[in-house]
Amino acid sequence: MNLDAPFVAEPRHESAADPERQPKARLQIIDGDVHPALRTPADLKPYLSQRWWEHFQTWGGRRRSGMSYEPYPKSQPRASRRDAWPAEGGAPGSSLRLMREQYLDAYGIEYGILGPLGLTGQSEFNLDFAGALASAVNDWQRESFSVPEPRLKSAIVVPYDDGEAAAREIDKRADDPAFAQVFMLTRSQEPAGRKRYWPIYAAAERHGLPVGMHVFGASGHPYTGAGWPSYYIEESSGHSTSCQTVVTSLVMEGVFERFPKLKVVIIEGGFGWLPALTWRLDKLFERMRSEVPHLKRRPSEYIREHIWLTTQPMEEPKDPRQLLDVMEWIGWDRLLFASDYPHWDFDDPFRAFPAALSRERLQQILTGNGKAVYRLA
Amino acid sequence: MTQELQGAIDCDLHPRLPTPKALSAHMDEFWRDTVEVRGIDVWDSMAYPANAPFTVRPDWRQARADANPASLAAATLDRFAFKHGILNCLFPVQTFRDENLGAAFARATNDWIRREWLDKDPRLRASLVLPIQSPARSVEEIERLAGDPRFVQVLALAMGETPLGKPRYWPIYAAAEKHGFALGIHAGSSYHQAVTGSGWPSYFIEDYAAQAAGFHTQLGSLICEGVFVKYPKLKVVLIESGVSWLPPYLWRLAKSWRGVRQEVPWLDRSPEEFARDHVRLTLQPFDAPPDAAHIGRIMDQLQSDTMLLFATDFPHWQFDDEAMLPAGLPPELKRKILIDNAFATYPRLGRSP
Repeated sequence: MNLDAPFVAEPRHESAADPERQPKARLQIIDGDVHPALRTPADLKPYLSQRWWEHFQTWGGRRRSGMSYEPYPKSQPRASRRDAWPAEGGAPGSSLRLMREQYLDAYGIEYGILGPLGLTGQSEFNLDFAGALASAVNDWQRESFSVPEPRLKSAIVVPYDDGEAAAREIDKRADDPAFAQVFMLTRSQEPAGRKRYWPIYAAAERHGLPVGMHVFGASGHPYTGAGWPSYYIEESSGHSTSCQTVVTSLVMEGVFERFPKLKVVIIEGGFGWLPALTWRLDKLFERMRSEVPHLKRRPSEYIREHIWLTTQPMEEPKDPRQLLDVMEWIGWDRLLFASDYPHWDFDDPFRAFPAALSRERLQQILTGNGKAVYRLA
Repeated sequence: MTQELQGAIDCDLHPRLPTPKALSAHMDEFWRDTVEVRGIDVWDSMAYPANAPFTVRPDWRQARADANPASLAAATLDRFAFKHGILNCLFPVQTFRDENLGAAFARATNDWIRREWLDKDPRLRASLVLPIQSPARSVEEIERLAGDPRFVQVLALAMGETPLGKPRYWPIYAAAEKHGFALGIHAGSSYHQAVTGSGWPSYFIEDYAAQAAGFHTQLGSLICEGVFVKYPKLKVVLIESGVSWLPPYLWRLAKSWRGVRQEVPWLDRSPEEFARDHVRLTLQPFDAPPDAAHIGRIMDQLQSDTMLLFATDFPHWQFDDEAMLPAGLPPELKRKILIDNAFATYPRLGRSP
C-alpha cells in the first residue's frame, strides 16, 4: 500500500545477506510490529505444565468472541501475504529462516519488535489459563526468535484482564534483555484506563518498559459501541475506534497522573485519527473538567507526552501533503515505523511513506523514535 | 456575524426533553394508562446529564431558553434571523427494550413536537423520531406522518443495537427515500450495550467522546452494506459528530476497500465517493483548534463544499457568544454551509406546509 515513488531504491534480494554489498546510506530500521506465529499449538507444549496442556487438549480455548479464532473471516489465509508461507510448512511468521531471508535481511532491519497474536491467552475467559498461555508464549518467543536472532525483541505478553498476574509476568521478564515491551490488545474487557489494569502500568513504569497496545482482542462486548458490523472491511477499518477508547480511557482515568513515566505505543491502528480525538478531548475537558478533577493538565498534554503510534497501516489520502499535516499535528517524535510482517497489509519501509517526507523525518520515524521508546540494549 | 447568518438553516436544535407525563397526553387510552399504572414518571438515559454544564450553555440555562418555542426562537431564530431551525428531540425512545412501548413513545414524541413546537412557530422543522428497535414500526411511523412536510428527516442514534447499514433497516430507507426524508444520525446511544468495543467507560466525558467512534461504525456500515447502491437518492446527515474525524476515517476505509473489496463486490466505487455523494455533517461540534490555519487544512481534507450543514446544536454548550462558525471560511462556502447545502439535503424543506 504505497503512496508514491520509492524513497530509496528497492533492495536487491540476492545481495541482502551480504553486508558488504548493502548500500552505506541505507537507514537502519526499527520495526514496531512483526508477527511471529506458532507452527502448531504444540510449539507451546514445552512451556506449559501438564495440567494446562491437558486442559487445552480437552477444553480448548474460551475466547470472549465466542469463537476459537477470529469472528470475521480474513480476506486471505491467516491474513497473510501469499508469499510469506514457509516452504518447510507452518504458518506465515513461524519460520525464522524465511523471516530473515524475506524481511530482516532483505530490508536491513536493525530491530523488529515482536507482537504475538492468536493463541496467547489474551482474549481467554479462564484467567488462570490465560496466565499460563501468556507465560508459555513468552518462553516460546524468547527461545524460538529472540535467542537465535537478537534483532528480534520479544514482547511480554500479559493476561491483562488479571492485572496482578500480568504484573507478576512483567516482573518475571523485566530483567531479560530479550524483551522490549509489555504487550496488550486494544479490546480489553474494560476500557484500558480502568483501575483493574493499573498493576500492569505500575510494573511497566517500574521497569522502564513501554506498553504496546496492539489492535484486536475480544472484550466480550460487540466490537463497536454501535454493535457488530457484518464485514471484515468494517472490522479492519474500525480498529482506530478501539485505539480511541484506549487513549481516551488512559487519559480520563488519570493513568498518566498516577504513572508519570509510562510510555504507551498504539500498534497497527494507523494514526490519522489521533488529532481529531485530541482536539475533541481538549474541548470536552474544558467544558466538563469538574467530572475529572484528578486531571491536572489538558488531554492533549498527556497525549503528547505519553502516546506513540506505529505507522502501519498508514492512511493514504490522495494528496500526501494531507498526511504530512497529520504527522505534524501528532509530532514527528511520536511515530514509529511498523511493517506488520507477514500480514497482507504489510507496509514496505522503502515505499510506504510519501516521497515529500524529508530524509530527516523519515530517519526519525524509521530509526530514531524507536530507539527512544524501546529498550533495545 | 449576525448579518451573515441571516436566512440560515439551523440543522440541529434541541427542545427540552418532555416528561413521560407530558408525552402521555398524546397517547391513546391504553398507553396513557400504562404510563400511569406502571409509574413511568421518569425516563431519562444517561446521555446529556441534565445539570452538567455541557448540556445547556450557562446563559441559555439561566434564561430557560430551551423550554418553549418562544424562548428557543429568542435565543436562535429571532436573534440571528435564521430562516428555519430543525428540531431533534432526544427523548430516549430508543432505550425501551419493549418495541411496543418504544413505538408508543415515538408516536407520542412526534405528536408532541407537532402540537407543542411546530404548530407554534412556522419557521420550525423537525426530525421524525423512530422506534428504531423495530424497523417495521419505524416504517409505520414514517408513513403515518409523511404527509406533514414540516418533518424533513428521520432520526436514529449513533449507537443502537446493530449497525444501521444492515439489511434489517432497509425498509426504513426505502420509506425515507420514497418520501424525501434524509436519514439523520444523532450522537447518542440506546445503551443496550456498552458505548465502546471495550466496555463501559467511567465518565460521561468518555461516553461523549466515544460518540464520534459510533459515527465511524455507522458510516462504515452504511457504505459497506451497499445502502447507497440500493437507495441512490438517500442522504445521511451525521449530526453532532465532530466532523474532523471524517477524512482520516475515509482514507482508512478507502485503503481497506482497495485491499479487500472482493468482500463487498456491490461497491462500484470508492467509499470516499459514496461519502461525498450521500453523507452530510452538521457543524457543531467542529473538533479542531480555533485558528483559521488548522480549519483551512481540515476543509482541504474534506474535499467538498457540499457536505457541511450549519447547526448551533442549541442548547448544548459547543461555543460561546456567537462563535458558531469555524474561522476563516470563504464567503461562497459560508453561504453553502448556511443555506444551500441544507436545501439540497432536505428536499422537504422547500415544501410549504
